[in-house]
Amino acid sequence: MATDHRLIAPARRRLAALAGTMLLAAGLAAAGTAQAQTSITVASTTSTEQSGLFRHLLPAFENKTGIQVKVVAVGTGQALDIARRGDADVVFVHDPKAEEKFIAEGAGVKRFEVMYNDFVLVGPKSDPAKVAGGKDILEALRRVAAAGAPFASRADRSGTHAAELRYWQDAGVDLAAGKGKWYKETGSGMGPTLNTAAGLNAYALTDRGTWLSFRNRGELAILVEGDKRLFNQYGVALVNPAKHPQVKKEAGQKFIDWLISDEGQATIAGYKVNGEQLFFPNAAR
Amino acid sequence: MATEPLLSLRAVSLRPNGRTVLDAVGFEWNEEVRVCALIGPNGSGKSVLLRTAHGLLEPDEGEVRFEGRPPPGDGLAFEGQALVFQHPSLFRGTVLENLLLVPDPPGRPRSERRERALGMLDRVGLRPLAGAPALKLSGGERQRLALARAWLTEPRLMLLDEPTASLDPSATEQVEQLIGDIRASGCRVLLVSHNLGQAARLADEVVFIHQGRLLERQRAAAFFDCPRTSEARHFLQGALPWQLTTA
Amino acid sequence: MLAQAIGLLQNFESDVVEIVALSLRVSLTAVALATLIGLPLGALVAVARFPGRGAAVVVLNSFMGLPPVIVGVAVYLLLSRSGPLGPLGLLFTPSAMIVAQTCLTLPLIAALARQTVEDAWRQHGETLRSLRVPMVARVRILLWDCRFSLVAVLLAGLGRALSEVGAVMIVGGNIDRATRVMTTAIALEISKGDLALSIALGIVLMTLVFALNILASGVRAAAMLRHGH
Repeated sequence: MATDHRLIAPARRRLAALAGTMLLAAGLAAAGTAQAQTSITVASTTSTEQSGLFRHLLPAFENKTGIQVKVVAVGTGQALDIARRGDADVVFVHDPKAEEKFIAEGAGVKRFEVMYNDFVLVGPKSDPAKVAGGKDILEALRRVAAAGAPFASRADRSGTHAAELRYWQDAGVDLAAGKGKWYKETGSGMGPTLNTAAGLNAYALTDRGTWLSFRNRGELAILVEGDKRLFNQYGVALVNPAKHPQVKKEAGQKFIDWLISDEGQATIAGYKVNGEQLFFPNAAR
Repeated sequence: MATEPLLSLRAVSLRPNGRTVLDAVGFEWNEEVRVCALIGPNGSGKSVLLRTAHGLLEPDEGEVRFEGRPPPGDGLAFEGQALVFQHPSLFRGTVLENLLLVPDPPGRPRSERRERALGMLDRVGLRPLAGAPALKLSGGERQRLALARAWLTEPRLMLLDEPTASLDPSATEQVEQLIGDIRASGCRVLLVSHNLGQAARLADEVVFIHQGRLLERQRAAAFFDCPRTSEARHFLQGALPWQLTTA
Repeated sequence: MLAQAIGLLQNFESDVVEIVALSLRVSLTAVALATLIGLPLGALVAVARFPGRGAAVVVLNSFMGLPPVIVGVAVYLLLSRSGPLGPLGLLFTPSAMIVAQTCLTLPLIAALARQTVEDAWRQHGETLRSLRVPMVARVRILLWDCRFSLVAVLLAGLGRALSEVGAVMIVGGNIDRATRVMTTAIALEISKGDLALSIALGIVLMTLVFALNILASGVRAAAMLRHGH
């Protein structure tokens, strides 16, 4: 038969309830922003994040200033939108035209150039459009369109996408004819687009940084590089505190100042993947 | 000064879905009666009558009064009554925990609840099982627990719906003994039973129901000796082919 | 590939630990909050009678299957600086992720609780009415009576929270070291083309989900053993 000692004492139940409440409170507190240090939110691009640059760059800044940098990495267009809504303190993207528009409409304070890298055209080693080794991106794109060879585009309002569209336009190619046929719009970041390109054996325009860290290359290789037009400029700007008073303007400005300082520029130059430098500092002196 | 009768039903009819289950039942509890047995054939409306008297069912016609009060009307049963179902539903906890759920009767402080519960377990002989899972009790033990739970509310009237119908003889005896204790404590009992021997043993008065109508009401001994209506006679003959004289 | 995956896990140990710890913190807190609100809510809808009760049941059941991305967008718009709750400054923090996951699992827990408690009410309703148990106590007693089934409901909610990616990606921003959880990390590694690491993280996630389900079965078995059914 059952024994008396199995009677649940009311005290034990209350203790369990108390423990549960404490755990809940701890979870909430820990998960909440109970950080004593300042932090800023930087809206940046997937290509910058995925190249691994931030993992290399940010600890140096954080150690020096004690300011934690939280990077939200999305496409350039989306990054600027986040900033327009006031959900970020600083933008760090690579689409000069879009950035200038951002400043012009008063959403940002001032644009500073930080670094550059370049775009490259990757494609299948079998190269059906016969562009390998070329130094003219416009000619290469004309050949891809003429051959009707599959091309994977980001189509996501990113800096890379904006550049890609400019090249097609300058090359005089009418994309409308190719959409849905050889011109594949993935609407996604650089990584997923490269995944698609690798899967379809398609050509794609990518920044060198992402390509160097990309692991799933399949049959793809760099086919066209070195054209001056493929220059990809990165800029940084503070979100306008006049529009969004809660923007952390001192901390944000510190970050910008550091990026264009000798120290920041040297740190950028020091980032290498497989011995190769990914980004080239070019802040105005 | 005339006090209100314990329980009174006036022309109570219940017609769910057009079918007449209770037909103009009129009944007033007799002050001297301690235990009243409600008997009748299957489907005669005994359980429905019990639930209506308890306040769980609302009559379509007529009125129910307990101690002169109308039903509470908030879906709850009459205060001062308790009902034990034939297959009582117990909760997924220990025997004691099932008793601790019972709201305190008016005037009893919450601090005494545990003490009163343990005392009740003593009275029904379930104290050694206080920490046992209620759902693992035997049939007789479950019935005694349900009785304990009902008794804990300190009712003036206890309604029992076929309390021993599914029990073996020894369990039946234990439960009947408890009913005797309840009676002795001053609480009145309205007992629905198929077991005519039980009715004869326990009841002072018998009410006979047939097809929703209250046909006969007599002192128990007199009823079993000589029922007045032919339906009752047929019922007694059909139910028990032999004469009922002893327990 | 599997060996490579396990090896990677060992190399990235501290990263993975941080990511898993955050996943657990966010999802556990969210489910705890969803339970605190959802259990009584579901139980009340099960037991109380009020006009529009039928509609409430339909709403709860429909919201059970809310797509995580929708919840993500809704919470994002709420918490954005330009939104109504902007001044709280919660966007892109684990707190925002907790809010989103709470919104996601609350209907699930409430709807399942309602179903469970309604079954119990069907069984015990007459008894509770006979004993004159008031409404609040009724809810409490029925929840207690169903506690083993409800544990299974909670674990279902937890599984859903741990496995979703749409909501936490949008409101958390997948910020390295701050709001990166298992699912968003997997998404990131896939998009970087690093399949091995995503598989490794996927294994960790699946192990957790399996463990939860085993726990749920264990709880049910314990209940059976102790109470007979």
